[in-house]
Amino acid sequence: MMNRRDALARVALLMGGAVIGGDYFLTGCSPASSDKEKTQAGAKTGPTLDAKQIAYLDEVSDTIIPTTHTPGAKAAKVGSFMAVMVRDCYKPQDQEIFTKGLTQLEDASQKMNGKGFLACDAAQRKALLTALDTEQKNYGKTKTPEQPNHYFRMIKELTLLGYFTSEIGATQALRYLPVPGKYEGSVPYKKGDRAWATT
Amino acid sequence: MEKYTYDAIVIGSGISGGFAAKELTEKGLKTIMLERGRNVEHIKDYVNANKAPWEFPHRGGKTQQMIADYPVLSRDYTLNETNLDFWVNEKDSPYAEVKPFDWFRGYQVGGRSLMWGRQSYRWSDYDFEANAKDGIAVDWPIRYKDLAPWYSHAEKFAGISGNRDGLPQLPDGDFMPPMEMNCVEKDVAARIKKHYKDRHMVIGRTANITKPHNNRVNCQYRNKCWLGCPFGAYFSTQSATLPAAVATGNLTLRPFSIVTKILYDKDTKRAKGVEVLDAETNKTYEYFAKIIFLNASALNSAWVLMNSATDVWPEGLGSSSGELGHNVMDHHFRAGAHGDVEGFEDQYVYGRRANGIYVPRFRNLFGDKRDYIRGFGYQGSAGRQGWSRDIAEMSIGAELKEAMTEPGIWTMGLTGFGETLPYHDNRIFLDKTKKDKWGLPVLAMDATIRDNEQKMRVDMMQDAKEMLEVAGLKNVTTYNNGYNMGGGIHEMGTARMGRDPKTSVLNAHNQVWDAPNVYVTDGAAMTSAACQNPSLTYMALTARAVDHAVSELKKQNV
Repeated sequence: MMNRRDALARVALLMGGAVIGGDYFLTGCSPASSDKEKTQAGAKTGPTLDAKQIAYLDEVSDTIIPTTHTPGAKAAKVGSFMAVMVRDCYKPQDQEIFTKGLTQLEDASQKMNGKGFLACDAAQRKALLTALDTEQKNYGKTKTPEQPNHYFRMIKELTLLGYFTSEIGATQALRYLPVPGKYEGSVPYKKGDRAWATT
Repeated sequence: MEKYTYDAIVIGSGISGGFAAKELTEKGLKTIMLERGRNVEHIKDYVNANKAPWEFPHRGGKTQQMIADYPVLSRDYTLNETNLDFWVNEKDSPYAEVKPFDWFRGYQVGGRSLMWGRQSYRWSDYDFEANAKDGIAVDWPIRYKDLAPWYSHAEKFAGISGNRDGLPQLPDGDFMPPMEMNCVEKDVAARIKKHYKDRHMVIGRTANITKPHNNRVNCQYRNKCWLGCPFGAYFSTQSATLPAAVATGNLTLRPFSIVTKILYDKDTKRAKGVEVLDAETNKTYEYFAKIIFLNASALNSAWVLMNSATDVWPEGLGSSSGELGHNVMDHHFRAGAHGDVEGFEDQYVYGRRANGIYVPRFRNLFGDKRDYIRGFGYQGSAGRQGWSRDIAEMSIGAELKEAMTEPGIWTMGLTGFGETLPYHDNRIFLDKTKKDKWGLPVLAMDATIRDNEQKMRVDMMQDAKEMLEVAGLKNVTTYNNGYNMGGGIHEMGTARMGRDPKTSVLNAHNQVWDAPNVYVTDGAAMTSAACQNPSLTYMALTARAVDHAVSELKKQNV
């Protein structure tokens, strides 16, 4: 999966500030907590999202990564993936932020579009989530590690991670080779060629 | 007690233990290899090796339960769901930390040979002469010429791919064809060569075979080595030494066998065997042999010695010098630099190379003089960014998706691996107040890097930055992510070789001065740490020591 250099480079990038999606999770869900906190957190079982919430997250993720010429996040079952990650990988305080975030997202939808997220059309959904993304980016600019994470950043990170490591994301949106058989350090690349799913 | 007798006993089945078993059995000795953990069968037990990323529920990451169960492993990249079974159960096998110490262990047949980084470098006389020239610790009792033929022997069997670079500080070996640098690495290497007289960037030398070898299939560039390789393309006990040893008909492998002590005979002043605690049944057995190879990994080999012959030497077998358990070394790392590459947008790579580039040591060599002694090497690689990069101007939707399906810019990073000096005060000892699952005392770690290493870390960052900038990279930033002893997973020095029984635990042939039929040929034997990855040196020392042991056996000297 990864050798030592990859892992180290990943950590280097992480510490360098380019924290997003997969890097964040692949290097741990709780980078700043002490062992004691981890132990306490780990002893608990996280909340399980219900089918309705998962369906809701499928729709939200599909606005972040929609179907284009390749299937989007809903087809890749990103809602279910998010539920697993929140349950198993998040610390309790982040689980709470995430769960509450679904209500906050719904409230924000009412406020902007006058209706719930599921009732919105594609353009309204996109406008809402674009606004929420701006909100989380602005929040992130001044956020200290001790301050709570933003729920929409969590949703966006989990969507990207869940989608691009899914079978659909890795093999259709990206290119995946189970057994390359050889290494070539310089092959022609032209704009539009898909990236490799794994390194 | 049940009793069993062999010609030779090997304690541990990792890189050096497996190598000892191969050499001993090939020389005709009936040998038992004792491994404390479970068996891991080649290919069959590499349960995740053929899984795609999406087949892992957390896509390779770590859960809160895993973090709770593996508090030590969770300190670094090592904790992940793809090869969790290869790492020690920390609840069963705790240890004590007087000072923070990262001990990443693999208790199974094959040990850490299953997950190792595979970088394989010879040492040179700059390393073997270093202690003598600097007047610190003790002198190595051997020089490069003593080990060179055994390096060849190990390389030819293990299969090390690499380029013959002609560098005195990194002697060339008997290599398989090298892997290829990618276009950016080639460019950076050329610019470094042009700018510096004594700095070189070369392709990593790795224990991945690049052509078929001993019924092993050459590397398929999947870069999933640490899950176990179904092609047997990287050197491990399972892929290489174990089948060779089994083929002789002289090997017995016994998993779940915790060696609790080496049995010492006061009359003959030799070891006569070992006591084994069966990890599954808790029953005790005794095994007897003429020679014993102790290859339990550096710290655990010291543990076995400390727990042995305490009626003769209270601090354990091999403790008469007062050096047993002292001089703990590792390679300190997690400091370097990375930056962005301009250009090469029309080029990409094919395949996943399980290897990177290497910058051999250049500090305090060839007339260079720093405010610290010794030096460091760099490992690193260049690559194009993937979907996890941050694109500030992108928000959500189809634009984001399309942008992420294309590779980003090229980036490159360098991570220093620095030499740690052998400080007598860096030590491990038995903590008899704390017991493991089997009621055995655990190790306590009291070791840290000091002023020399801290000074070196400044160069590890600044030199990387300077070299990447010389090579034309932009936005080059340094990093120092901190380091605990042990984190390099290159533990060394706890039963060092030397020229004098008063100041060392082992002699020039890795024999315990106090019991010459006991050979220690893992990291414990190291007198200094150099900055190169050490496993190839363990293989060479092991093969050399077996040759000595068998010849002494014939002469009836052991």
